[in-house]
Amino acid sequence: MVSSSAAAVASDSAAPADNFPHKLEIRNLTIRYGNAVALRGVNLAVREHEIFGIIGPANAGKTSLLKAINRMDVFTSGMKVDGEIRFNGRDTSRLKNIYALRSRIGVVFPLPVGLPMTVYDNVALSPRLRGINNKADLDVIVQRCLTRAALWDEVKDRLQALGSLLSGGQQQRLTIARALSQEPDLLMLDEFSIAVDPVTTMRIEDVLKELRQEVTILLVTNLVQQARRLADRTAFFLNGECVEVGVTEDLFTGEVKDQRTRDYVEGRFG
Amino acid sequence: MATANPTMFQASDLNQHNERVQRRYRLLFGLMTLLLITPVLLILGTLVVKGGAAISWEFLLTAPTDGMRTGGLFPALLGTIWLVTVALLLSVPIGIFAAIYLSEYAGDNWFTRTINLAIINLAGVPSIVHALFGLGAFVLFFKFGTSILAASLTLAVMTMPVVIVATRESLQAVPQAFREACWNMGATRWQTIRRVVLPNSITGILTGVILEVSRTAGETAPIMFTGAVFFTPFLPQSVFDQTMALSLHLFVAATQVPEIAEQVPFGIALVLIALVLTMNSVSIAFRMWLRGKKKW
Repeated sequence: MVSSSAAAVASDSAAPADNFPHKLEIRNLTIRYGNAVALRGVNLAVREHEIFGIIGPANAGKTSLLKAINRMDVFTSGMKVDGEIRFNGRDTSRLKNIYALRSRIGVVFPLPVGLPMTVYDNVALSPRLRGINNKADLDVIVQRCLTRAALWDEVKDRLQALGSLLSGGQQQRLTIARALSQEPDLLMLDEFSIAVDPVTTMRIEDVLKELRQEVTILLVTNLVQQARRLADRTAFFLNGECVEVGVTEDLFTGEVKDQRTRDYVEGRFG
Repeated sequence: MATANPTMFQASDLNQHNERVQRRYRLLFGLMTLLLITPVLLILGTLVVKGGAAISWEFLLTAPTDGMRTGGLFPALLGTIWLVTVALLLSVPIGIFAAIYLSEYAGDNWFTRTINLAIINLAGVPSIVHALFGLGAFVLFFKFGTSILAASLTLAVMTMPVVIVATRESLQAVPQAFREACWNMGATRWQTIRRVVLPNSITGILTGVILEVSRTAGETAPIMFTGAVFFTPFLPQSVFDQTMALSLHLFVAATQVPEIAEQVPFGIALVLIALVLTMNSVSIAFRMWLRGKKKW
């Protein structure tokens, strides 16, 4: 766990000056789609076992950042990434095996994606891709991931039902269970609560607080209060630039380097 | 107060007008549907009435005799099954694999767009042109002679564009979000195709293939120059043999044989349609079975 006073001292830049082990370091990252610049010269570092929030209005480049981290630029035509992304100390642009990288990173999308297969198969898909085919092993993984995603009690009697027929909130927890089945080092959530009711949102937030013990979490959210509830540190993105990175509470009540940050978290624009 | 307003749920003039227009369009669409199925029913009805009398086990299982005036159509029936089977064995795998490449792997650039345009145009080429191509390429250049192989290759070339287009359409009907969810998990493109894309597009792909079965079985021009003959006393033993075919047999019986009983050509047509329907219903049943298992 990162203590907030120590975090406050730490630099927000990517300079590896502080003593925290970095899960993710991003240096001078620029992302273009054709001629349009989605992200410009972003520097930030995410520490091991913290929840790192990213807030900002639409079109700030938040989702593009997640795509670049996961090396989805390879599968996205026209997307060009410059700069450096280090994951567990390795430069991801030089990785030969981007599939191994992606399997270490779990992603949850804004809209729940229940794959058109059974609930069981949804969660067993990633283990199967890794070559785990033993039924008993899969059973254990499926139950553990669904339990951790706070979905097990609701679906334990219909594991053979189609995942795509669950309710929206259940599907989003199924997506989280699927991401957890990858046994990820890093969990990236992209505005996960857009299509989810408030009660489910709170349940997922509780799940995330518990998961912090095991994984690093990158939480992109359009709800500044959600970042405030969950994130240890938060970055504010605006129009493709990272305006500010700081201990979350400081963005709301402490010193801010840029007035636009305070204006945004207090709802004056965005 | 809204609840106190007695005219609130009364149909206004505009409501009544909209309702009338809506009824008119429903009638129009319904009539068009009726218009569409009328010829189908008329054709089937005529064939059954006029050709039904010709159908017997002997008709199905013996060779024609007396210059095709009597006897059966077994060699033609067998020949058509040969031609359709070999043609589909060639065109369906190639067409589906090519469509998977174009839809799932190839980038969207001028080159693939040109290929796609070419495929669509190829699907519109008249079958007689395919026939001449088959004659030049397979019969003469590759020296397959007039044979089942040459005829089936010609049919395969003709059907492949439609298989590709139908397959690509059904692949692209699978939501992109499913692919991205899989890729983000570390799945390769192929793992994604095998586990998510194909299981959810196979019914659409089969629909394309089914349509092609009917077309392949019924085509006459492409096989006339390349492998089908008016009459042969021998049944085909391999793909290098010539064969009779139902479509050509029907053409010959209907136009080239004087003093033939009217029920014979109608009987041949009935068998041809029944063959196509049988092949189709097998794949339709398979498709329904698959569809029962998958849904999003």
